[in-house]
Amino acid sequence: MPEAILSLSNVTKQFGALLASDNVSLDLLPGEIHALIGPNGAGKSTLIKQIAGEIKPDSGDIRFAGRDINDLSAVERSRMGLARTFQVSSLMPEFSVLQNVVLAQQSVSGKIFRFFKPVLSDASLLEPAMAQLERVGLADRAHMRAADISHGERRQLEMAVALALKPRAFLLDEPMAGMGPEGSKRLTGFLDGLRAEAPILLVEHDMDAVFALADRISVLVYGRVIATGTVDDIRGNEDVKRAYLGEEA
Amino acid sequence: MSMNRETILNIVLAALLIAVPVIAQIMGEPFIITLATKVAILGMAGVGLNIALGYGGLVSFGHAAFFGIGGYAAGILASHALNYEPIMEAPFEINGTTQMIVIWIVALIASALVALLIGAITLRTSGVYFIMITLAFAQMIYYFAISWPAYGGEDGLSIYVRNSFPGLNTLDPISFFALCAAMLGIAIAFSAVLIRSRFGLALHGARQNSQRMMAIGIAPFRVRLVAFVISAMITAWAGALYADLNRFVSPSMLSWHMSGEIMVFVILGGVGRLFGPVAGAALYILLEHLLGGMFEYWQLPLGILLLVVVLFARGGLIGLLAGERKHA
Repeated sequence: MPEAILSLSNVTKQFGALLASDNVSLDLLPGEIHALIGPNGAGKSTLIKQIAGEIKPDSGDIRFAGRDINDLSAVERSRMGLARTFQVSSLMPEFSVLQNVVLAQQSVSGKIFRFFKPVLSDASLLEPAMAQLERVGLADRAHMRAADISHGERRQLEMAVALALKPRAFLLDEPMAGMGPEGSKRLTGFLDGLRAEAPILLVEHDMDAVFALADRISVLVYGRVIATGTVDDIRGNEDVKRAYLGEEA
Repeated sequence: MSMNRETILNIVLAALLIAVPVIAQIMGEPFIITLATKVAILGMAGVGLNIALGYGGLVSFGHAAFFGIGGYAAGILASHALNYEPIMEAPFEINGTTQMIVIWIVALIASALVALLIGAITLRTSGVYFIMITLAFAQMIYYFAISWPAYGGEDGLSIYVRNSFPGLNTLDPISFFALCAAMLGIAIAFSAVLIRSRFGLALHGARQNSQRMMAIGIAPFRVRLVAFVISAMITAWAGALYADLNRFVSPSMLSWHMSGEIMVFVILGGVGRLFGPVAGAALYILLEHLLGGMFEYWQLPLGILLLVVVLFARGGLIGLLAGERKHA
């Protein structure tokens, strides 16, 4: 088995009486889409936040790219190549769609503290930013304000920003949320190709997408991973059916 | 670049600021030249604050600290030069100076260091806490100036002869105005370039969404700190000019009233608008001059005006005349 790019071991996080992450261990292998599913309130987003470095686990270890990242900030983890998208779109509302991607592109270039050259005539930023917008199908919205585009388009923009970071792993927190069936289908096709670029830890409620995409699935219930396996393993798992899939059937 | 309404308005404002003292010179009205000089200098202090407040969303209620540091740089260096007393004798001698260029460099360095220290602490907070802590730091420096007898304490420090600038008679009002207007022009041009730069984009981003900044790997704190320091330096530069205009510097330049005044220029004129602070300072000085002559409580109508601007015209004077801000 190849070495995992991202691995969590015994990650635990408690908020008061609520055990949001209960001894969670999972890993993300090169080239795979690892889906994280579970009912609402199971602690999926909390887990993503701990991996991204926005909140600190009470105990447990997180390793990324062969390194212990427990003490790294969210900024440092992002710079190491861990790109996340947000469940509720988190963008720069006053910026144009293009500016949102240019800012990410600028971060990757490592040159933020440049005070004189106009940024919006800098082809070394604009061209790759535009290329990312074309990849997600948002090029024709490049000059609209991010606040003025549709909900689905904002989801696409989140993806474009993550792509611009050229990450070594993606953390996608419900990228399909609120997208129409048409949009979900397109994004499913897109993510299918993306795994070759960098592995994806995918939190998603859309089961059609999960079953179509996932190489492996982990099921989180009350902060605990109750099962990890292939699509077929999970479909046939009695615990999972009882705890989760049963509710939808 | 196409000319939008704001650009045209800015050109008109700049032309007015230059035309009024020129006409006053021809008519033999030196007092009006002094008023225009005051507008240029206070506008420049506002241009400094606008970088933190307008572009960075950092509501600093302590910019008088930097304005005063600039003022004291001018006062202290000039007083040593005029009294032939070195500032320091050992291990090597440092003398005062009456050269504005040297004074400005000292003002810029001193304010940058103080802003770095204040910013490093205050920028760990936000919102009301940031407002109060910047205020607290400025008040500390204010009380320090009051209780430090070497440079006049509460009474302040006179600059008997206005400091000099190569090739210019700074005592001539219109020449001094030209110098101040040129420095204001540099400050405005610099902020215009700054907000369009990579750093400007990051600063705009840090104001809008910290969470997103961190997710793309940019620490908003560092961006804000650099903006705060640049902002303080421009305000300090204006402070050095202000001391020379009045030929006097006192702790009042460091007081919270001054911080409030600089903030009023920015808000009256238009937060985050290039010429906003100049428009705001001009309106403020005009009101002070016209109403202040008529009755003592001229700040009452100013307060009402400020209230109207904050409640109904968020873009200030520039917003009222040129419309909503276009996204860059």
